[in-house]
Amino acid sequence: MEVTTKSMPYGDWKDNEYIEGMVNELKANGVNVVVGSLDKLINWGRSNSIWPLTFATSCCGIEFISLGAARYDMARFGWEVARSSPRQADFMMVAGTIVHRMAPVVRRLYDQLAEPKYVIATGGCAISGGPFRHSYHVVKGVGEIIPVDVYCPGCPPRPEAMIYAIMQLSRKIKVERFFGGVNRQEKQQDFLKNHPLDKMTD
Amino acid sequence: MANLQAIVAEKFPEAEIVNGETLELNVPDAKWHSLATMLKDEFGFDNLTALIGMDWGDLLGVVYYLTNTSTWEMVRVKVTTADRVKPMLHSITDLYAVAGIYEREVYDFYGIIFINHPDMRRLFLRNDWVGFPFRKDYDANPEVNPVRLDHEKVDDVTVSYVETAPGKIEKRKVEIFSPEQFVVNIGPQHPATHGVLRLRTAVDGETITKIDLYLGYIHRGIEKLCEGLTYPQTLHFTDRLDYLSAMINRHALCLCVEKAMNIEVPRRAQVIRVMMDELMRISSHLLAIGTFCMDLGATTMLFYPLRERETILDILERTTGARMTFNYNCIGGVIADLDPNFQTDVKKLLEIMPKAIKEYNKVFTGNVIAHNRMDGVGVLSDPDAKDYNCTGPTGRASGWACDIRKRHPYGIYSELQFEEVVRHEGDSMARFKARISEMEQSCRILAQLVDQIPEGDICAKVPKIIKLPEGHWFQQVEACRGAFGVYIESAGGNQPLRVKFNSPGFCLAGAVDHLTRGEKIADLITIGGSLDYVVPDIDR
Ligand code: SF4
Repeated sequence: MEVTTKSMPYGDWKDNEYIEGMVNELKANGVNVVVGSLDKLINWGRSNSIWPLTFATSCCGIEFISLGAARYDMARFGWEVARSSPRQADFMMVAGTIVHRMAPVVRRLYDQLAEPKYVIATGGCAISGGPFRHSYHVVKGVGEIIPVDVYCPGCPPRPEAMIYAIMQLSRKIKVERFFGGVNRQEKQQDFLKNHPLDKMTD
Repeated sequence: MANLQAIVAEKFPEAEIVNGETLELNVPDAKWHSLATMLKDEFGFDNLTALIGMDWGDLLGVVYYLTNTSTWEMVRVKVTTADRVKPMLHSITDLYAVAGIYEREVYDFYGIIFINHPDMRRLFLRNDWVGFPFRKDYDANPEVNPVRLDHEKVDDVTVSYVETAPGKIEKRKVEIFSPEQFVVNIGPQHPATHGVLRLRTAVDGETITKIDLYLGYIHRGIEKLCEGLTYPQTLHFTDRLDYLSAMINRHALCLCVEKAMNIEVPRRAQVIRVMMDELMRISSHLLAIGTFCMDLGATTMLFYPLRERETILDILERTTGARMTFNYNCIGGVIADLDPNFQTDVKKLLEIMPKAIKEYNKVFTGNVIAHNRMDGVGVLSDPDAKDYNCTGPTGRASGWACDIRKRHPYGIYSELQFEEVVRHEGDSMARFKARISEMEQSCRILAQLVDQIPEGDICAKVPKIIKLPEGHWFQQVEACRGAFGVYIESAGGNQPLRVKFNSPGFCLAGAVDHLTRGEKIADLITIGGSLDYVVPDIDR
């Protein structure tokens, strides 16, 4: 089964085995992987109009601005509606270093996103703390505080790399019924269990 | 200066006077405030350029750099205390407005309490943070300060340590916001604060009555990280401070190390550095005016400047291989030679730019909406600019000729012909126009140099292991947002004892409260955009 997006031919993806491997694994385990046409339609719509939450803390955020400008023009793909309110956004592009003081804010923004929600960790800092990993005030990757769907490496990643990352996300959304949804939702539940909300004040 | 030296020796016999890079005065804390008053009132040192917290192991203290803005002489003052449990020094906030924010930073990092400072709270770190991270004996164990997911309590009350009689200190509670005041929280995640700045804003109807600034939402502890690295390893952090003037920041750090080691940089490298700096300046101003206009609702004016910015990024990318964090300057010169097409590319850019600037002016500058939003909004007077240490286009739009390229020329700037853009209105429109004119001047510099790049080495011969002698050095350059200073103190060896990046954005942020009082809340966006601070540069 070919999983691709409209803007990129199937053969151009470098990691088809990975996404298909996951489908096959689920099939082997007896999970039903036939999507109904209604699901297909919903997922088609969802994956083609994912709206990012503008969440840029530092250098990587500037490349995100470039992505929105005429040259890289993310409007081509239906992602240009960058929202400033998490209530209206589908995914969070965490672009930049996350520090201790920011951590509760990131978590709150994530909690405020409406389901289904996704996270892309953009740049070395969001993935692991990047060049500032050894600092006393830097979170070693945003994965420590919220679940991440796609990692986009670079310092900063080029806008092309960001396009690739968002496409990767829409591919995952397309087959959400198979594994994206199932696996990730579970992960999210586990995650919330390990990071209980009642510890949060305010 | 000789005169000053004699008078200080006479009036302050306790002071130790050293003739170093600048005149250096070491005074005991008890005399510091009266010395500062004299320096300001009688010798015209009306600008506090830098205030640097220090930990020498046995002593804690502060190093001050003061500038006389008419002669551009500098003097360095050092004040120390041996008390590590409850160190206290006298504040100079009553003399220099910018000291208010500088001293809070030192309190946050070193735990030094400033007597008579009106607001002794942490600035960058959470108010429940344990310890003072810049002290040499700080416990960096992550269990002491784990990543906390609970929200910190906001404070409406702060403390101040007031000296009631000589030697008698009293701790007092000071109200930040009274219970009647209506406080709106803006940021840290807000599309128009230009990054993760948080402003607690008290409003009366639509009028701003006070702003309480919260920093540290991108405080990465860069200066502390530098203390554990060798000099070449510290270089890459400068690109990530103010990423929009990456080349210039790195130029500053390289200059500072070169000054300490007496390295002569080859002419070719010097020319390349200046050209790169000016390209950087144009690209930064393009983004600055673009995002500023977008904040005011003019989306087209974001896309036009970004189009030209991409041309510049292409030029930089062909030589350095990166679009943003270039890692191009190195100690002794630059790391790689120019791309063979560099000169043709720059010439092409120089053809585009005048047309583009004309276009911006046509689309936006003359626009009646732009005038209504920007004229007379957020006026900063010339004395206030010096008092708050607002340099760069902001200071120059207020009539303060503070271009480091002219005042303390470095590299080959003294040989170049360009004008310092000085305007006198001091409002948001003036800051906007100053940036546009500066781009024209940068183009002029590029035009002078593009055919004059000499042949030769791109990097001087430097030792494999870079060691600095014992001492301290301060180097300023003109970054895109103002005077960027690097202070290095070394105890010998290949690692610094202290590195301080004295960033222009930090002072600009410190002036926000002053600039916005009495303005409408919508003008906060205009003022913030026109100051054009970059938050990682503020927070470091
Ligand atoms: S990954 Fe690099 S470019 Fe991105 S925020 Fe971190 S330091 Fe900046």
